[in-house]
Amino acid sequence: MDLIIEIAYLVSSVLFIMGLKKLSSPKTARQGNFISAVGMLLAIIVTLLDRHVLTYEWIIVGVIVGSSIGALMAVKVPMTGMPQMVGLLNGFGGLASTLVALAEFDKIAPAIPLNTGIAIILSLLIGGITFTGSVIAFGKLQGLVTGKVVKYPGQHPLNAFLLLVVIAAGIYIVINPDSFMFVLVVTGVSLVLGVLLVLPIGGADMPVAISLLNSYSGIAASTTGFVLGNNELIIAGALVGASGIILTLIMCRGMNRSLMNVLLGGWESAGVVPAQASQTSANITVKSVDSEEAAMIFDAAQSVIIVPGYGMAVAQAQHAVRDLVNILEKKGILVRFAIHPVAGRMPGHMNVLLAEANIPYDKLLAMEDINDDFANTDISLIIGANDVVNPAARHDQASPIYGMPILNADKSKTVVIIKRSMNPGYAGIENELFGYPNALMYFGDAKEAISKLSHEIKQL
Amino acid sequence: MDFHFLMMIYVFVLAIFTGFELITKVPPTLHTPLMSGSNAISGITIVGALLSAGMEEFTLSTILGMLAVIFAMINVVGGYLVTDRMLKMFKKK
Repeated sequence: MDLIIEIAYLVSSVLFIMGLKKLSSPKTARQGNFISAVGMLLAIIVTLLDRHVLTYEWIIVGVIVGSSIGALMAVKVPMTGMPQMVGLLNGFGGLASTLVALAEFDKIAPAIPLNTGIAIILSLLIGGITFTGSVIAFGKLQGLVTGKVVKYPGQHPLNAFLLLVVIAAGIYIVINPDSFMFVLVVTGVSLVLGVLLVLPIGGADMPVAISLLNSYSGIAASTTGFVLGNNELIIAGALVGASGIILTLIMCRGMNRSLMNVLLGGWESAGVVPAQASQTSANITVKSVDSEEAAMIFDAAQSVIIVPGYGMAVAQAQHAVRDLVNILEKKGILVRFAIHPVAGRMPGHMNVLLAEANIPYDKLLAMEDINDDFANTDISLIIGANDVVNPAARHDQASPIYGMPILNADKSKTVVIIKRSMNPGYAGIENELFGYPNALMYFGDAKEAISKLSHEIKQL
Repeated sequence: MDFHFLMMIYVFVLAIFTGFELITKVPPTLHTPLMSGSNAISGITIVGALLSAGMEEFTLSTILGMLAVIFAMINVVGGYLVTDRMLKMFKKK
């Protein structure tokens, strides 16, 4: 029986790998997710046949409660709330790893081999950080916790001290494997560390934080695998860990910042004080248009590139954008989307929102695929994006975003920017694009402004 | 360090490389479903949770195990369902 279970775990691991492989194309991705789910089901079923599993009451309770909550969350969450949802799920994964490590310690103490002891400490540390860190990330995305960069004196020494406490308590546990007290210390301090590590990270840096926590949740599963001596947990966890790290690096590259810079608290750590909003608007003169004028410009265009940003998600404007696209296409205008890697609050955020609005994914182009086309485009329509189209990143060495790869929206004939007000973007700096001779500000709530624009174009 | 433990490290290292190879091929447009889908995979801790919750005698481990089953199942069911919901929407023209 044990052999059959081991083979089933191997099959399940292969199903995970095949499932991830099919994620390489939107055509096969759904099937891939299904294959991966079958792998999970297989792993669960054979575990129930394990000779160590003898009572089922508690399992049934747990499975029913957990599945119901999970299913409810998955059905209820709006697409704009996806970053929060993923953040929370990361956290639950981390918490599950922590709980399993605690249970395992309770089960086998004091006869704990050195390797297992170390693995337990690591599971508690990584799982704990993942849990509370994700809860804070969720709070920031949901607006429950400040989205600002939080700083206080002695922040880094405090974190270093707490990590040392975990290491010291960990060593003590490995030497005296019967001290449940110290296990609780490790757990508690890890939970506090999670809060302190994510709190300083700014709201717009959440794509990095979420990706990194995603990676942690995988690594926590892996370390739990080391605790239990289970290869499938090690493999599945490592796959997720690798995935999260890759996404983290893509996000950092998209902002031209090091991971350290993001983790230590955003732009401000570079010593740049954000400009005040009032100064900002005084420095550049902008031309603004109303919906009627904007409609006439669009009517005369042949090609349009839309640049969506977090503002589109906040305004829930994706469906209005789809209507606008339909109207423009009916007039024979070529419409495409340019997606910056860090647009939104998580990797691929814009793509999901636009997919929800039924916009075909082949209209969405990544930065490197579309950046050369801006120069031959009549209109760039910026919806709720800011720093990712700021030309200062190309030439102004004093700018905090200098060196960040940006979309060349400024090179198109006309740039129409839909924005609520002249408030600066996340980096807290003014966007010189707004004062360019080819730039037109179209003030208003993104959803309303786009609906009005569509209406006016239809009238023409 | 015993042989068994060394083999686990082997598996871990090879799986990390496999993960890198697989994930670099995922297009940016699918990065959100990738995150939620891989998230569901990290719910594999359910295996450890079931082993603790299903022990013969009732101890602290049983309670911890049951709690772990709840959270891992939220991760698994929520992760796969929400990923499917998203992937359903991705259509070509």
